[in-house]
Amino acid sequence: MIEIDNVSKCYGSFQVLKNCSASIADGEVVVICGPSGSGKSTLIKTVNGLETIDSGEINVSGFRLAPDVTNVAALRRSVGMVFQSFELFPHLTVLSNVTIAQIKVLKRSRAAAEEKARMLLARVGLSGHITKYPAQLSGGQQQRVAIARALALDPKVMLFDEPTSALDPEMVNEVLEVMTGLARQGMTMVCVTHEMGFARSVANRVLFMDDGEIVETAASAKFFDDPQSERAKAFLAKILRH
Amino acid sequence: MSLLFEPTPDGAGRYLDWILNGLCWTLLLALGAWTIALVVGTLVGVARTLPNGILLRLGRVYVETFRNIPLLVQMFFWYFVLPELLPVRIGMAIKQMDPPWGSFIPALICLGLFTAARIAEQVRAGLQALPPGQIQAASALGFSPGGTYRLILLPQAFRIILPTLTNEFMTIFKNTSVALTIGLVELTATAREINENTFRTFEAFGVVTIVYLVIALIAWQVMHRIERAVQLPSLVSGRARP
Amino acid sequence: MTVDLAALVNAFPFLLKGLWFTLQITLVGVCGGIVFGSLLAIARLSQNRLLSTLATAYVNLMRSIPLILVIFWVFFLVPWAIGWITGNGRPVAVGASLTIFVTFVLFEAAYYAEIVRAGFRSISPGQYAACDALGLSKLHAYIYILFPQAIRNVLPILLTQTIVLFQDTSLVYVISATDLLGAATKIAQRDGRLVEMYLIVGVIYFVFCFAASQFVKQLQGRLAYGVR
Repeated sequence: MIEIDNVSKCYGSFQVLKNCSASIADGEVVVICGPSGSGKSTLIKTVNGLETIDSGEINVSGFRLAPDVTNVAALRRSVGMVFQSFELFPHLTVLSNVTIAQIKVLKRSRAAAEEKARMLLARVGLSGHITKYPAQLSGGQQQRVAIARALALDPKVMLFDEPTSALDPEMVNEVLEVMTGLARQGMTMVCVTHEMGFARSVANRVLFMDDGEIVETAASAKFFDDPQSERAKAFLAKILRH
Repeated sequence: MSLLFEPTPDGAGRYLDWILNGLCWTLLLALGAWTIALVVGTLVGVARTLPNGILLRLGRVYVETFRNIPLLVQMFFWYFVLPELLPVRIGMAIKQMDPPWGSFIPALICLGLFTAARIAEQVRAGLQALPPGQIQAASALGFSPGGTYRLILLPQAFRIILPTLTNEFMTIFKNTSVALTIGLVELTATAREINENTFRTFEAFGVVTIVYLVIALIAWQVMHRIERAVQLPSLVSGRARP
Repeated sequence: MTVDLAALVNAFPFLLKGLWFTLQITLVGVCGGIVFGSLLAIARLSQNRLLSTLATAYVNLMRSIPLILVIFWVFFLVPWAIGWITGNGRPVAVGASLTIFVTFVLFEAAYYAEIVRAGFRSISPGQYAACDALGLSKLHAYIYILFPQAIRNVLPILLTQTIVLFQDTSLVYVISATDLLGAATKIAQRDGRLVEMYLIVGVIYFVFCFAASQFVKQLQGRLAYGVR
């Protein structure tokens, strides 16, 4: 489904991604973890073209991303993204947030878009909040709307960039539950997250990144029980201490 | 631009002299009014933050009056209406003031008080942006109210509002042009006179436009230097950090 | 000094005519100014260096010179400009109204441009990314997501600038136009009733502007996106 082949990227003189390669199969749930500044966010944003790459190639379900490819509009329809800061549109209702891209990008009729939106909002448990504005919702509720908004375009892949990092602890679970449900239904997911519990129980594989490189890849259980690289061991020791 | 160096009809010099004369009046009016505005504006602004109800209301009346009537109408009031409303002898004395001063003094008072109303609002906003703990701390140290404002609150408030004050400073130079309606031969009036004498519209107004641009540039530079010189790291962007 | 009520009542229709012209200038200035100003703001934010430099230069120029000077510029030069464009070679007489409308749109646009630009800068940068991620075209993103938020964030300031515009219209006095102040002046000079006329005009302006600024204050309270 997704092939990342020797991707590199520089910001000025700082190399943020160094020859990263990975392969994600259809229906797989992959977690990318690592210390701050390791390039995790940048890597995941290259998959839907929000960040360009300087060298290498990415293939997403047949769509080719390379330094020379500039038109990525078509790609956005098959890849959905959820942001750390939710980024709901504050001037639109919850329902409108989920329908606007369907209407403007996929050219669905308003009726079809609303029907889909209601279905998705019910799925994430927010049917009663359809006419509210984002500011009236809690962080956890806003993030669930954001997930519904991304799902409304029927993507083949869902990307999550630290979806729970900006949430108060008591709201993290409601979002993780939605993500777990998605995984169980077979969605291909790539998640940058610090939630190791989620990674261990839901993810198929873990990609560990440090300093711009993908240092270790392993099945999730194996990664947590028996990390191979020194850097992964050090990272896990710091994270799992509490 | 050769216009500048041609002799004037009254043989008393060149057009350049007219421009310099106009420039002098503009600068004199602007800087004089600015001084009045700072003093009066600060007093009124402070008055609007005091617990004294009478001062608060008086301040509000002052600000609302001077902000909701156009500057030109206010000029007419000071020049035409006030002499009529005052006791006959004072009114006559005012009307008999010699030409430049007969226009300059009303313009000075008018522009000064007009700008003061705007500065008062900005000072009030700056004072209200300070953490309430500042007054408490000053009290605890034994400062009198006057001392508190002079030494603790106003220095901080002014740093916060420097950007808006800069805007006000640049505006006052533009507002001096309104005084031409009551007979002050400042820069814009000079442009009009040169045009009437030579019909070289483009040059006459062009030169004056350039002079205004230079004034704006210098005014901005001056305020910018002041801003940099008094900047406190914790007050950048107007928010005090603990 | 006595107040002559009969004269005041007589003057009223003419004053209303002047007020109407004032309102017309304000309306044209606001609509034209916001449209042109928004275009300038977008031009300033665009990637095209030439476009953004030109827009920035225009905005800075207009904001550095007095409105009275701009009024004179347009008043004296538009006839020449039209004559030149139509190949006439001689200045073409243009109505005072048109000159005034053009002046105010050109001038106020620079101020609205700054406000709209501030509006765009107040939008969280993630919004642009979210629009991108959903595949919204740049045009759609600006029309449906970015522009509405920008305007909403600065609506009170936009309205305050409109109140300033309303006051600025009085400056058309310098070309003897008949706005509210011009009408009052003409009556004052004809009837010798300076004091009453200028006081009335002051009161009329005050009432309009004070009411409008109170409205803006109320609006500011209600525009917050809502607190949980």
